[in-house]
Amino acid sequence: MNEITAAEQVGFPILSTLVFLPVVTMVALGFTRNDRALRRVALAGAVAVLALSLLVTVSFRRGATDFQFAEQLPWVEAIGLSYHLAVDGVSVLFVPLTALLVVVVMLSSWTAVRYQPKAYLMAVLAFETAAIGVFTAVDLILFFVFWELMLIPTYVLIKVWGDGSQRGRAALRYVLPMLLGSAALLVGFILLGVSHRSAPGSGGALSFDLLVLMDSPVPLGSQTAVFFLLAFAFALKAPMFPFHAWMPSTLLEGPIGMAVFLGGLKMGVFGFLRFVLPLVPDAFAAWSWLVAVLGVTAVLYGALIALVQSNLRRLLAFASVSHVGLAMLGLSSLNAQGLQGALFLIVNLGLVSTAMLLVAGFVQQRAGSTEVAALGGLAQRTPALATFALVACLGAVALPGTSGFPGEFLILLGAFRAHGWPATIAIMTVILAAAYTLVFFERAFHGRIRSTIVEAAADLRPHETVAAGILGVAIVALGFFPAAVLDYSSESVDDLVGRLNPASTVAADD
Amino acid sequence: MDVSSLTPLFALLAPLLGAAGVVLLRHRAPARELCGVVAGIAQLGLVATMVPAVRAGGTVSVTLSTFLPEVSIALRADALGVVLAGTAAVLWVLTTLYAMGYLGIAPEPALTRFHACFCLTMAATVGVAFSANLITLYLFYEALTVITYPLVTHTGTAEATRGGRRYLAYQLGSGIAFLLPAIVLTYIEAGTFDFAPGGIFGSDASGALLVIIYVLYLLGIAKAALMPVHSWLPAAMVAPVPVSALLHAVAVVNVGVFSVLRVVLDVFGSDLVGELGLGVLTLVVASVTILVASVYALRLDNLKGILAYSTIGQLSYMILGVALLSPGGRTGAVLHLVGHSFSKITLFFAVGSVYMASHRTLASELRGIGRQLPWTMAAFAIGALSIIGLPPTVGFVAKYFLFLGAVEAGQWAALLVLSISTLLSAGYYLRILRSALFDAAVAVPAGGSGDAAGLLRAPTVTESGALVIGPMLVTAAVTLLLGVAPGWLLDLIRVSIG
Repeated sequence: MNEITAAEQVGFPILSTLVFLPVVTMVALGFTRNDRALRRVALAGAVAVLALSLLVTVSFRRGATDFQFAEQLPWVEAIGLSYHLAVDGVSVLFVPLTALLVVVVMLSSWTAVRYQPKAYLMAVLAFETAAIGVFTAVDLILFFVFWELMLIPTYVLIKVWGDGSQRGRAALRYVLPMLLGSAALLVGFILLGVSHRSAPGSGGALSFDLLVLMDSPVPLGSQTAVFFLLAFAFALKAPMFPFHAWMPSTLLEGPIGMAVFLGGLKMGVFGFLRFVLPLVPDAFAAWSWLVAVLGVTAVLYGALIALVQSNLRRLLAFASVSHVGLAMLGLSSLNAQGLQGALFLIVNLGLVSTAMLLVAGFVQQRAGSTEVAALGGLAQRTPALATFALVACLGAVALPGTSGFPGEFLILLGAFRAHGWPATIAIMTVILAAAYTLVFFERAFHGRIRSTIVEAAADLRPHETVAAGILGVAIVALGFFPAAVLDYSSESVDDLVGRLNPASTVAADD
Repeated sequence: MDVSSLTPLFALLAPLLGAAGVVLLRHRAPARELCGVVAGIAQLGLVATMVPAVRAGGTVSVTLSTFLPEVSIALRADALGVVLAGTAAVLWVLTTLYAMGYLGIAPEPALTRFHACFCLTMAATVGVAFSANLITLYLFYEALTVITYPLVTHTGTAEATRGGRRYLAYQLGSGIAFLLPAIVLTYIEAGTFDFAPGGIFGSDASGALLVIIYVLYLLGIAKAALMPVHSWLPAAMVAPVPVSALLHAVAVVNVGVFSVLRVVLDVFGSDLVGELGLGVLTLVVASVTILVASVYALRLDNLKGILAYSTIGQLSYMILGVALLSPGGRTGAVLHLVGHSFSKITLFFAVGSVYMASHRTLASELRGIGRQLPWTMAAFAIGALSIIGLPPTVGFVAKYFLFLGAVEAGQWAALLVLSISTLLSAGYYLRILRSALFDAAVAVPAGGSGDAAGLLRAPTVTESGALVIGPMLVTAAVTLLLGVAPGWLLDLIRVSIG
């Protein structure tokens, strides 16, 4: 694969700046005393990262498969490690998305987090560093390091700032499976590096560089082993059915700020797009039937369980399982529509899941609960919150005109082409999603006010309104102008499709 | 001549700006309401500027954004779209004025929401009318569902919430379960979403799959209220009269029938529909709907209920007209789309006027009311005559073309259905008219059965203000005018059906 260096494009190592700016902000926070100043410094840091990440998106060269803004420093040359960052059409949008979510989380928790705000903000910033690292690292081991680093702030955020009484257990229930997945991931990565050593043209050297490995085909036997190791790790993270057990407890017990990152950033699906599809394409194609079966099962299972939930947070956890299933169904179709759809869907979930989780957080703060029985009639007291919730719900239902629609539509199109009629089952979920989302909205926001707490609920505060406004506008804007996302990814996705279907590319060339 | 121009987009933006104006001027009634009126007139003007181009058989188009290289959100105004958008714009202005009289102009948040949603409804309707492809149509079609929901539940009572829930469930459910798959399958089979006169399927498309797709469309376009996906329409009866007008005449059902027209004419093409035997299938479904709805209406006493079932039947007249697959049938269908809108809105305005004056909601309470409400009942009579299909109203002209179309197609059974249905609708409308105009007034409990407060209202029944009577008389006059001089409209319709 070709790359364009950051020096050529912007003249300075912009990706490293993005990764480490949150660390600088953390240091600055260390010297800040006053609560109000703390929040301002942290927000300023987060906004700076967002601005820089938008600069990356604007200067990104579209219509190319190249890895861009690349920067590479030797690290442990003996075993082929390097500090290597770059973004391509698959990953570039996740950088501003992460930055946006951090800003939104800070705005929405402006007044909500009162316990140890300095440590809370530092944990969020630490997470940002790790997450941007995950999306920009193109050295497998470097990626792994960032991947592991994410666990620390995640664990702390759930354990210390969780809303539920079982938060300690929930934190453990999240971290333990993740460590198991990481072990598999590391073995898979090492297998890839070792396999490269015996490939022609490698000169017997190890390499963990994604760009090098993409040009070095892996024998089918090792591909299968690597596929299952990587798929296990990413399926756990996604979370993909049947590895989703940690999701409901985390969303129920953890703080909303953390839930936004776990529910909004679909890193597991990203892992498939980043590593599994390009590095072990033949194994993925061979096992795509399994991915499709699990995907469709997840889609139905998640939606049906969500339908009977009375708590918004648990509902969102199972909705998330259902959405991941849909994304996996898109990947399993092995065609451009399916892959584009999956990518668009996870970008969209970054907005819509986040919005829904923010709604859950806002409701929790106002009504003290996200149980539907405790709500009812909220719209009368909180019209702005109700409007925001409606936009989020419509996005979650994937109504046309919201960012939910293009991804889902492309996945249906791709799945129909690849799998035919079984894909119609996936359509059923859209109806189920409409049912569980809108029924919840109706019961929580409409009807009579049943509790005195709701009676006294206050509408969105200024900072919360800004957070809600940003997400609401983004959801509608991407619904009408999906090309804003698809233009970035189309070339990279075509390249992936070529790798997945080597025979058909040859046939198309005839 | 096909031209590229931003005019269709501006016609879409006018109501959006209107909605913004309503929100901005929320504390300044009646300026708030007049935003809708101004936007409606602007929209009508913009639509009118496109008439010369589409009358010559051309289109006016603009692409808004691209999904995939071959999939875009694009607007393209043709004659059929202009007919729908123009009708909607005229009736929107009149309905907004009527709503000012009917709901008042108090500076309540509920009324601001009402007028803003009203404007947005028009944006969605224009979007459907000018959709250049199935994706764009689906987008605005579903937007219309969502935007009309707060209108249906406007009063906020438990009954309204129940009706609204049913409305939303039917519309969204059928749209996602049937219409979306139909569109996806259409793309897979035809390779395009773009409408084209005469259809978009290649000759190698599998017949069985096409039949499935067609049935999915009929089930998915619930707004056309074909049985068995009709029951949202009576459920929406809980809405106030201006909203009923919007649903029954201005926007929702018209969009439904329009979508069926698009599918038959520009996705499948009349020839393909005929070859696959789908014309007969549609005729059967439409005929059953017409007859069952008429019998239902005959048994009801609630005025709005009668009108709701009457609408279900009349919509199937239009579907039946298209399904005849003959030029006369298509002309009748499109003319009835316009004519029914003006006639049915007249009836709703009249029923609303009766309610305002006397709080009566049942047909049996109207005995002798014609003497107290002469203007209202005159308008009601004109609307009713048009729905029955008697001259000199537009309903007669439409029905003439439907009969002609049935004869052209040799569908004698359809002719029989139309005749029976005419008798049935004459039955329930003339019964009301006779008792209202000729019977002696009897003592109805003061305030009528619809008045929860019972005896609080004075028993004297007089016509309401100009904002209620005026729009009603205008629509009644247009019903007559189109019956006497339908020529210019027929020219436009002939172009639209190719």
